[in-house]
Amino acid sequence: MQQSITDNLTPSARLRFAFNLPSGWTLAAAFVALIIATPILTILGFLFYPSSDTWQHLADTVLADYVINSLLLMLGVAVGAGSIGICTAWLTSMYSFPGRQIFVWSLLLPLAMPAYIIAFTYTGIFEVAGPVQEWIRESFNLRYGEYWFPEIRSLGGAICMLSLVLYPYVYLLARAAFLDQSICALEASRTLGCGPWRSFFFVALPLARPAIVTGLSLALMETLADYGTVQYFGISTFTTGIFRTWFGLDDSVAAAQLSGLLMTFVFVLILLERWSRRQARFHHATNRYRTIPNIKLPSLMGWIATTACLLPLFFGFLLPVGQLTQWAIATFGEMVNDSFYELMMNSFLLAGAAALLTLIPALILGYGNRNHATPISRFLVRLSGMGYAIPGTVIAIGVLIPFGILDNGIDAWMIKYFDINTGLIFSGTIFILLFAYMVRFFTVSLNTVESGLGKIRPSMDEAAKTMGYSGIKILRHIHLPIMKGSLLTALVVVFVDVLKELPTTLVLRPFNFNTLAVRAFELASDERLADSSTAAIAIVLVSIIPVVLLSRTIAHSRPGQPQ
Amino acid sequence: MNHRIRPLIPLLVLTLLSASTLAAEVNLYSARKEALIKPLLDKFTAQSGIKVNLVTGKAKTLLKRLQSEGRNTPADILLTTDAGNLHAATTANLLQPVDNTTLKTIVPHNLRDPEDHWYALSIRSRVIVYSKERIKASELSTYEDLADPKWKGRICIRSSNNIYNQSLLASMISHNGIKPAENWAKGVVANMAQSPQGNDRAQVKAVAVGVCDIAIINTYYMGVMLHKDADQKKAASQVALFFPNQDGRGAHINISGAGIIKGAKHRENAIKLLEFLVSDEAQQWYAQANHEYPVKAGIPVSKIVNAWGYPFKQDSLNVGELGKYNTDAVKIFDRAGWR
Repeated sequence: MQQSITDNLTPSARLRFAFNLPSGWTLAAAFVALIIATPILTILGFLFYPSSDTWQHLADTVLADYVINSLLLMLGVAVGAGSIGICTAWLTSMYSFPGRQIFVWSLLLPLAMPAYIIAFTYTGIFEVAGPVQEWIRESFNLRYGEYWFPEIRSLGGAICMLSLVLYPYVYLLARAAFLDQSICALEASRTLGCGPWRSFFFVALPLARPAIVTGLSLALMETLADYGTVQYFGISTFTTGIFRTWFGLDDSVAAAQLSGLLMTFVFVLILLERWSRRQARFHHATNRYRTIPNIKLPSLMGWIATTACLLPLFFGFLLPVGQLTQWAIATFGEMVNDSFYELMMNSFLLAGAAALLTLIPALILGYGNRNHATPISRFLVRLSGMGYAIPGTVIAIGVLIPFGILDNGIDAWMIKYFDINTGLIFSGTIFILLFAYMVRFFTVSLNTVESGLGKIRPSMDEAAKTMGYSGIKILRHIHLPIMKGSLLTALVVVFVDVLKELPTTLVLRPFNFNTLAVRAFELASDERLADSSTAAIAIVLVSIIPVVLLSRTIAHSRPGQPQ
Repeated sequence: MNHRIRPLIPLLVLTLLSASTLAAEVNLYSARKEALIKPLLDKFTAQSGIKVNLVTGKAKTLLKRLQSEGRNTPADILLTTDAGNLHAATTANLLQPVDNTTLKTIVPHNLRDPEDHWYALSIRSRVIVYSKERIKASELSTYEDLADPKWKGRICIRSSNNIYNQSLLASMISHNGIKPAENWAKGVVANMAQSPQGNDRAQVKAVAVGVCDIAIINTYYMGVMLHKDADQKKAASQVALFFPNQDGRGAHINISGAGIIKGAKHRENAIKLLEFLVSDEAQQWYAQANHEYPVKAGIPVSKIVNAWGYPFKQDSLNVGELGKYNTDAVKIFDRAGWR
């Protein structure tokens, strides 16, 4: 049908359809996906290496522990981050209660907390020799073992730490989804006799499912990739296993194979989720939007809602930042000097550049796959998003290897034919670092761009085309306003992620190049918590501005919302 | 081309070339963290006029980076905080031998590679600390004794992911053999007061609070704890330090050390830096600032370290052996259920 329409058009009119036609975009998308997937394919490639006797050893001893602990950790974080994120998102979207205006943006703040920093901080407060247990022992004249206190360095502790810093992903996406829902659907459900709980569980929640799943999958992928927290708490997970196999057993092939397995597992999980949704699409079926009338909660319920929002904010942000500030006051003068400002600049510019750079391929892939996705291109897109699920160090190796081959190949070729020694062109530069960030955080950008594109019904494009809008005009006047919130989300989340990113930076950075995260981690891992606190607080401070900006845009992005 | 960009080109070219030119500089990959090496490097630059470019990171990832960068790597020196990784770098053919009289005179035989690929720069010992309140020094004797059932539920030690635990077990494999080492690891696991967690300082605190009676830690952590902030000082002052195996082979030691990369473009400067790092001034810095033991004879240790007893009997095993048995050690830990 479409074919016959375009056939009858002039060449220039045909161009108007250009961005919607398969060949160009799809090809570009496949190419971009392939480049981003190179490090991932490099790691997966190790699966085809012959396996060493390390595997037999792992299977005989620790592999089961790795798998079970990782699964438990994932399950715990899914429940923890999921329930906190969905609850707070629902409350702040639908109801009015004391402090709501502040919670709307401040609930995002824990996003700025690197997981290893919060783990170090909580350990400092709650460990057996920390001030809290000390106080208990002194006030009640007890000795160790005569009272019960939860062990912070445990699987449960790790689940709490990760849930506290990862729930904002769920909150962010669930809230955007709740705000986007047509109030009419909810009202219809109410007229059909559903109470508020039933409408939530049977209408709002299923409608927001794609967004919640996206948020949860980001949180869980980050959970699987986490090394700092579990390592510090002494929990053997799949990730610590990868590093133990590599660093301890000195078998980097088996370590890469473990990483490959981890990726395959995540890949299958994502495919399963997509399959379970099958043909269901979640475009809005109605054009009727009204401002959501925030239901005012009666005073007792209102305060309960306030408490429910305050708790994650308090434990995920206020308490650790308070402790860090207390430490920082003592060491501030020593730590802040010219080189510290340089650290801040480095971190800020790096995060900014990475956020922008990651958005470009996300847009290309998002559009490329929008209307003309082939199974192969869909597969490539999912594959290129795997970087988020494996530890940064492994990604770094996946980046190092192909670039090493490329650099040394160019060098050898240039020497052979021109007698020019080019040395390493990419390795050891900022470029390779930015590329690694792109690989690692690509899925964050892509998911948000895709969820933005999902809001643009194909019929909108078609309507615009019938009115003679060009491709560019459609992008500017229709897509951009609708996508604005999503694009900003992609930028901010990647920005904050890069700001706190550690392992990739550590492996790939050029000489004499430090970031706030590197500084904070080096000091903290040496148990110099007080010294590391200034850098940790700086990470949080630099993140706050974009995070606040983001939440404002989301609040205004709802269709039908007065701008 | 836009003429606003044009003036920037020389600058760009300069930045690109700066890593590969033969200026007065030396490029260092360091597994020692910046705060624990930069002050020394600054001193070296001030004295020699040679600029030191630094990347820090975990030893094994630095090795991987060296491997993928291949013969074009800009790095001249690899510096690690344990012998095992220097051994691994040598086996991976990444280091070149350096036959240097100064280094060979200062660094004792057992603290350098028999084929001159690497040299130790400082020494740390892995020892027992015990609660002054609950334990008498006379109850302690050797590492081997820690597997004795009398210590059931009384020992704290960190995870076996840690390289220092791996090296300790590697030394026991080298001295006693695989099977006895495995029995020892199993014995210690049975005696643990809690599952391994936290780092060495956390073990000291655990002893102080009463979670356990004894713990195994590296010496300099105690030094830093006693030296620095008040609350850690309190914990550290409740425990005492014991050098095991003094009647036998001596206490287990490990090193921080360095080797020169194969094909290093600033070989001469790199050797100068290594010579500086074993000089009196640098050796004193290791001893005073981080409470490590100097490799050079005759350099005084810090006051705190001296109070524990110095010199003490050190295991004279060549520290390269620790690297040789590292994989075996990790496998034993896995089999023994030592997390």
